[in-house]
Amino acid sequence: MPDSPSVATVKISVFRRLTNSCATLFAIAAAVLVILPLMAIFLYLLIKGVQSLNWAFLTQLPKPPGEVGGGMANAIVGSGIILAMASLVGIPVGIGCGIYLAEYGRNAFGDVVRFTSDVLNGVPSIVIGIAVYSLIVVRQKHFSAFAGSAALAIMMVPTVARATEEMLLMVPNNIREAALGLGIPKWRTTLSISLRTASAGVITGCMLAFARVAGETAPLLFTTLGNQYWSRSLNQPTAALPLQIYTYALSPYDDWHKQAWAGALILIVMIVAAVAAVRIVTSRGTLKGAS
Amino acid sequence: MGVGIEVRGLNAWYGKNQALKSIDMTVPANHVTAVIGPSGCGKSTFVRCLNRMHETIPEARAEGDVKVGDLEVYGADTDPVEVRRRIGMVFQKPNPFPTMSIYDNVAAGLKLNGFGNRKQISELVERSLKMAALWDEVKDTLHKKSGASLSGGQQQRLCIARSLAVEPEVLLMDEPASALDPISTSKIEELIFQLKQHYTVVIVTHNMQQAARVAELTGFFLMGSLIEYDKTEKIFTTPADKRTEDYITGRFG
Repeated sequence: MPDSPSVATVKISVFRRLTNSCATLFAIAAAVLVILPLMAIFLYLLIKGVQSLNWAFLTQLPKPPGEVGGGMANAIVGSGIILAMASLVGIPVGIGCGIYLAEYGRNAFGDVVRFTSDVLNGVPSIVIGIAVYSLIVVRQKHFSAFAGSAALAIMMVPTVARATEEMLLMVPNNIREAALGLGIPKWRTTLSISLRTASAGVITGCMLAFARVAGETAPLLFTTLGNQYWSRSLNQPTAALPLQIYTYALSPYDDWHKQAWAGALILIVMIVAAVAAVRIVTSRGTLKGAS
Repeated sequence: MGVGIEVRGLNAWYGKNQALKSIDMTVPANHVTAVIGPSGCGKSTFVRCLNRMHETIPEARAEGDVKVGDLEVYGADTDPVEVRRRIGMVFQKPNPFPTMSIYDNVAAGLKLNGFGNRKQISELVERSLKMAALWDEVKDTLHKKSGASLSGGQQQRLCIARSLAVEPEVLLMDEPASALDPISTSKIEELIFQLKQHYTVVIVTHNMQQAARVAELTGFFLMGSLIEYDKTEKIFTTPADKRTEDYITGRFG
């Protein structure tokens, strides 16, 4: 190592060290500012929600107004079913759309799809709720879990599609060439090589879409309506956590307010658990040095 | 065993730009043939036309007669996927599949082509890695490490092993050592020398010494035309064409 830096470099380095510390401090402060509200919300939910969180809350149906106790079992299960159905449709369609845009969509039609999905991404969720209401609920003449899932699936598609497209475009072209050069057909290359290489980012996109729609209330108001009892079929009005929270929070009963807090806590825990589970399952096969 | 290649009247375009102008060339089986020339002369395009990789680039097209063994590469009913299966390719930059283990990288061509016999795949993987002189370095971490975790030279040998695993008849190499250090380069060159016992090898190179070291035949390309094609020794000692002589003596390019 060369020794004895000149006087000039010492001066510069003091200035640089100062700017460096300032920049680092700023970055740390920004990071704290991001985490703080999230932690505050979560802690507040925890404190408020834990009070009325008990076994009965998880296993029992809501009690009629005025009676103390009861739970949100139907809403927890209902939310799970509605989200599962929405994901089952929204994620494959979104990924398929993203694949089209990235691998085949360098044309006018691709541009139309890209523009449409960006617009759809910006449509307020209540508008999607109304649209599904008039398209499905009005025709069927009743509310249902299906209609709710349809609304949520529509909201998931653009997020998943654009995330998939961007991640696929980040896969270097020489990886595709390697696969084509081995005599692997194009469709197989796309699914087993490109999509696999991009999988980490695509999964993140799916999780973002899932987390976003999991808490949606507005589209469900028009589609699943909510239900104080168990639904006997998916074609009936169904309880969902955001709806239950909404109803309970607006009610005049103190006991219901407490239950709304517990419901909110459960909803957050469900989302975190689902995202964490997917992360754990999908990262299991990761190899040393894989990028 | 390798097979010979017959090229007659091969033309290639990128959009309106003609990159190859009626190339005629006969590549003998089980020999190493080098393709040299300055940047942009069409040498990479030439080898990419041999396995129909050229046409995977948007707006690129090629026409002409190319026969590899008994396979009409540009025949009306020829499936380009089938062509690429029989004519392997190694690219300039090592390009292992980053999310796959070393083993899966080599097995990819077999597995993704629906070749299901596990025992045979595992034998082919081992044989290919041995042939690419990589087996001893990776045999303990086959399933644990990603192909991308290897060094550049190892990655390139991994890519060679991956091409060999599908048992091609011809191996095309597009500047396979240009991104590697001298030690890795000499390993790859040694390897090319071994490979010609089983395969016909066509190698594009920027490096004339490399052509002189590994190839029995050398073709000199300039501005999309094949200027001269002869025994390597002849090209480098007594070239028939003035332009070849100018190039190999370093007067341009």
